[in-house]
Amino acid sequence: MQAILHVNNLKTYYYAGNRVVPAVDGVSFTLSRGEVLGIVGESGCGKSTVARSVTGLFDRSYTRIEGGEVLFDGMDLTRQSAKTLNRIRGKKISMIFQNPLTSLNPVYTVADQITEVLLLHEGMNRRQARERALELLTMVGIPEPKARLDDFPHQLSGGMQQRVLIAIALACNPQLVIADEPTTALDVTIQAQILRLMDNIRTQFDMGMLLITHNMGVVAEMCDRVLVMYGGVVVEEADPLQLFDAPLHPYTRGLLAAIPSIEAQKETLYTIPGTVPRFSHPVTCCRFADRCPHCAGHCRTQEPPLFRTGDGRGVRCWNYLSEKEEPSQ
Amino acid sequence: MTKFVVSRLFKAVITVWFIVSLVFVCTRMSGDPTLWILPDDAPEAARIELRESLGLDRPVTAQYVSYFADALRGDMGCSYKYLRPVNEVFAESAWATVSLGVLAFSLAILLGVLLGVMAAVHRNSPLDRITMSATIAGYTVPNFVFGILLIFLFSLKLRMLPSGGNSTAAHYIMPTLTLMMGPMANIARLTRSSMLDVLRQDYLECARSKGVPEIVVIFKHSLRNALIPVVTIIGLQMGIIIGGSVVVETVFAWPGIGSLIVNAAKTRDFPMLQYGILIIAAAVTLTNTMVDLSYAFLDPRIRDNF
Repeated sequence: MQAILHVNNLKTYYYAGNRVVPAVDGVSFTLSRGEVLGIVGESGCGKSTVARSVTGLFDRSYTRIEGGEVLFDGMDLTRQSAKTLNRIRGKKISMIFQNPLTSLNPVYTVADQITEVLLLHEGMNRRQARERALELLTMVGIPEPKARLDDFPHQLSGGMQQRVLIAIALACNPQLVIADEPTTALDVTIQAQILRLMDNIRTQFDMGMLLITHNMGVVAEMCDRVLVMYGGVVVEEADPLQLFDAPLHPYTRGLLAAIPSIEAQKETLYTIPGTVPRFSHPVTCCRFADRCPHCAGHCRTQEPPLFRTGDGRGVRCWNYLSEKEEPSQ
Repeated sequence: MTKFVVSRLFKAVITVWFIVSLVFVCTRMSGDPTLWILPDDAPEAARIELRESLGLDRPVTAQYVSYFADALRGDMGCSYKYLRPVNEVFAESAWATVSLGVLAFSLAILLGVLLGVMAAVHRNSPLDRITMSATIAGYTVPNFVFGILLIFLFSLKLRMLPSGGNSTAAHYIMPTLTLMMGPMANIARLTRSSMLDVLRQDYLECARSKGVPEIVVIFKHSLRNALIPVVTIIGLQMGIIIGGSVVVETVFAWPGIGSLIVNAAKTRDFPMLQYGILIIAAAVTLTNTMVDLSYAFLDPRIRDNF
C-alpha cells in the first residue's frame, strides 16, 4: 500500500499562562491509501489536536507545534505557509466535523457551501460547480438533490447535514479525509447510515482516512488499524481484531471493559477509576500510572516508550516489558 | 413577505400619526404664537384678528380635525414666519440635512463595522484596546460638547476649518464627525462583541478546512452572521443621527431641517413644527421597517417565519 501521510514524533503544546500542556507529545503513525486509521481515546486525550495539527487548523495564539513532522505529498506540513496550506486543505486533505448543524454556515445555501470549494480549487465556473454539487449530493445519498441545493442548513435534518458536509469533503477527490467524531452528534440509526456511506466512499475513491472517535463500535466497524491515545501519547497500536481480542495496555482493557454488553446483566457499568489528569511539560512518569491497577515502582519515575511487539503492534507499558522478560509470571 | 411589509407599513403610519397628534396637542398647550409674531405693544384687537385668521380661536378638536383633513389633501399648512406652505420651506433645507445625515450615517456604519471587526480579530491587541477606549469616549461625550471642542480646536486655534455654514466640502468635515461619533462608537462595540461570538463558531473551522483564505473567512463567513444583531442597533442609530442633526445644525449654523425645527419651536410656528416632526417620525419609522426587512435578507432562518 502506498503511504500518503507520515506523522513523526509530533509534539503540539498548549500554552496557558505559565503552564505548558503537552496536548500531543510525540505521536507517530503512517497512513496509506485506502486505509482507515482510527484514533480513540477519551475527551482531552489529544486525538482532535492530532487532526488539527495535521491540517494546521489550530489557534496560534496559544498552540504551537514544538517538534516532529507531518509529511504529506513530499512536504512537511508543519513548515508550510498559510497560503500553501490553503491550497492543500479542501483539495488534497479535507475534514468532516463532529457537529453537522454548527459546522455548516447558517446564512449560506447548500449549493453555496459545496461550490465554494470547487470554485476555489478546481477552477470551475459557477454553472459547472453547481452541476458537480448536484452530482456530489446524489453520491452521498441525499433524496431530491436538485431541490436541496437551494436549501439552507436549518431546513435539513442532522443526517442530511452530515451528508452535505461529507459531500463538501469529497468535492475535490482528496487523498486524505480526516473525520473528527463524524457520528457523535447523530442518533444511532443515522450513525449506521453515515458509517456505511463513509465506508463505501473510502473503497470507491481509494483515499486514506483518519478517523477520530471515542466510540469503540465505530472502531470495530470502520478501522484497519487503531491508535489508542491517553494524555497526549499513543499507549497502544494494533489492528481492531487484535485490540478487541487481547488488549495489551491496562487503559485499553479498561476502555473495553467499560463498553456495555447485551449479555452481561450488570446493574452498573464498569468505569476506569479516577479522572484524566492534567499534565505539564515535561512528563516523567507513565501517564496512566495514577489510574492503573498494575502500577509498579518505575511507572512513577520514568515514562515507558512505545514497545514494538513484532506483529505490528505497539504498547506503552512497563509491564509489557516485564511480562516478556519473565514469561512464567 | 408582502403581508409582513404591508403590516409593518401600516404600523409605521399609526406610529407617525400618534407622534404628530402628540406634537399637535403639545403645541396648542405651549402658549400663544401671536405673542411672538406681533410686537409687544400691538393692540389686543390685532392679536384677536390674527388668531382668527390662523384658526387658533377655534376649539382644539376642531383644529385637529381640520389639520388632518388638510394634511390628507396634501396641504400641510403655511408657516407663520415665512408665510409660505411649510413643505416648500422644508424642501429648500432638505438637501443640507439629508446630505449631512446620509454622509454621517454611511460613514458611521462603514467605519464602525470595520473597527469592530478589526478589534475582534485582533482581540486584546493594542489596536483593540485603543479602539475600544476611544469608543467609550465616542458615545459618552455629548455631540454638542464634541462639536464645540472641534470648533475650538480647528476653527479658533488652528484656523483650519470653517465653523459654520455648508457652502464647501470643508464645511462638512466637523458636522459629519460630530454627528457620526456616537453611532459609530455604538456600532463598533456591538460589531466587536458579535464578531467575537461568531469567531468561535464551528462553521469557520469548516470553512478554513476547505482552504478558504482567512480574509474571506472573516468578511464572508463571519461578518454576515455577526451583522444580524448589529442591524438592530443600526436602526436605532438612525434615530440618534436624526435627533443629533437638530443639535449639530444649531452648533454649526447648518441651514437644514434641524435648524428650522429649533426655530419653529422657539417662535411657536405650529405648522412648521408639526411638519418637521412628521418628517423625522416618518424617516425613523421607515428606517426601522427597512432594518426589519434586512434581517430577512441576512438570516434565512428569519425569512422562513415571514
